[in-house]
Amino acid sequence: MFYLDDIGRYFLMLKGVFSRMTKGSVLRNLILKEIDDLIIGSLGITVFLAFFIGAVVAIQTALNLNNPLIPKQLIAFASRQSVILEFAPTFISVIMAGKVGSFITSSIGTMRVTEQIDALEVMGINSLNYLVFPKIIAMLMYPFVIAIAMFVGIFGGYIAGVYGGFVSSSEFISGLQEDFIPFHLVYAFIKTFLYSFLLATIPSFHGYYMKGGALEVGKASTSAFVWTTVVIIIANYVLTQLLLS
Amino acid sequence: MIEVKDIHKAFNGEEILKGITTTFERGKTNLIIGTSGSGKTVFLKCMLGLFTPETGSICYDGATYSDLNEEQQRDLREQMGMVFQGSALFDSMTVEENVMFPLMMFTKQKKDEMLARVNEVLNRVNLENANGKLPSEISGGMQKRVAIARAIVTRPKYLFCDEPNSGLDPRTAIVIDNLIKEITEENDITTIINTHDMNSVMEIGEKIIFLRYGHLEWEGDKSQIFQTDNEAVTEFVYSSNLFKKVRDAQLKGL
Repeated sequence: MFYLDDIGRYFLMLKGVFSRMTKGSVLRNLILKEIDDLIIGSLGITVFLAFFIGAVVAIQTALNLNNPLIPKQLIAFASRQSVILEFAPTFISVIMAGKVGSFITSSIGTMRVTEQIDALEVMGINSLNYLVFPKIIAMLMYPFVIAIAMFVGIFGGYIAGVYGGFVSSSEFISGLQEDFIPFHLVYAFIKTFLYSFLLATIPSFHGYYMKGGALEVGKASTSAFVWTTVVIIIANYVLTQLLLS
Repeated sequence: MIEVKDIHKAFNGEEILKGITTTFERGKTNLIIGTSGSGKTVFLKCMLGLFTPETGSICYDGATYSDLNEEQQRDLREQMGMVFQGSALFDSMTVEENVMFPLMMFTKQKKDEMLARVNEVLNRVNLENANGKLPSEISGGMQKRVAIARAIVTRPKYLFCDEPNSGLDPRTAIVIDNLIKEITEENDITTIINTHDMNSVMEIGEKIIFLRYGHLEWEGDKSQIFQTDNEAVTEFVYSSNLFKKVRDAQLKGL
């Protein structure tokens, strides 16, 4: 019953987010600020993670290819498939649930604790729209982050594979082009769009409806991370079943 | 003028406000006093529209809040200014941006017009040269002044203050109290202040209501509060050592 109550409140929150819009000029500035905080601020860690994930996938694949009959191109093929299908969209999103999610929950939660949300409401402002809507719009840029992660992940695989002596440059590039199915990219970006919405709204929900003081802000951030991750993993399963089966 | 009629408010079955009826007059500083947990903040938040009372009505210059539609309620809220206990300034914004915020949201003024008004109110609260500072870079007293400036920048008809001088030193507290009183008189607005500070009562209390366990226990002005024979009020007033000593000195004829 407790979870049902929370799910109901989450959808009521979404209704509130998309009603009584904030003044356009104010909203524009808020969206730009959120893009800076949530998207630009995530690029560094995303690039770092994607590079090393791609590199590790390439090394692991190479080390497990003991049969001389299996072509070396498979290292690139496996790296590409792993990075595009799962590591970039899902693994990076789980990391973002920690980075972006806890930032969103703690910033909104602190506003709740310090009565800043009450101040917005007293002024007659729809605080849900003011606080959450710009985050949802900013997170529409998130697929670009994942696109960069895909590129850098594959590049990491190339560096580790070629300079680690596991595969030649031409074999790696040839493997990258092998059996490429464009729909896999579509599938990855459909997932990413859904994750971006979840990354913006679930942490906002936990921050907006939190009660208590500074300790509860910390608890809400942890809870937001856990629930965002859980929902991302479930959504990943459902979408994979629907789109690839 | 704000007329409150038989307000009841409960949380999780526990009744916090138990039928409060009173009137707050325009151009006067109206004080709500009472011990912690007496329902002062809940009462204030009901008047602000942040909480919806279960029964009763709140009437703002003839307009009953619960009878208004959503848009009219929003319009009414735009006529309210609020100074929160912890100031509630937006910490990512500078002092200037904080004060300009209501203007940006609700007016179509050009930026230089808004800046002129912001500087006018910042001067009014004696806060010059702080425009570019963040709330974390100024003192508690200055934060309260910024909160007052933000509350009055749109020329509201109603000003609500929740313990505006809590956490301030006595001298700054008096300055803030006097500032609120002056602004109330200058702009002829209805000001309601939530406090448990007896110094504020003595300084600016033109109308005082005393809440106890969610009831309106007593109402009067600052001259009457020392003459009342209401035990709860007397106990509250003389819980301050200073006032107790003054009373003892008066009784001894000193």
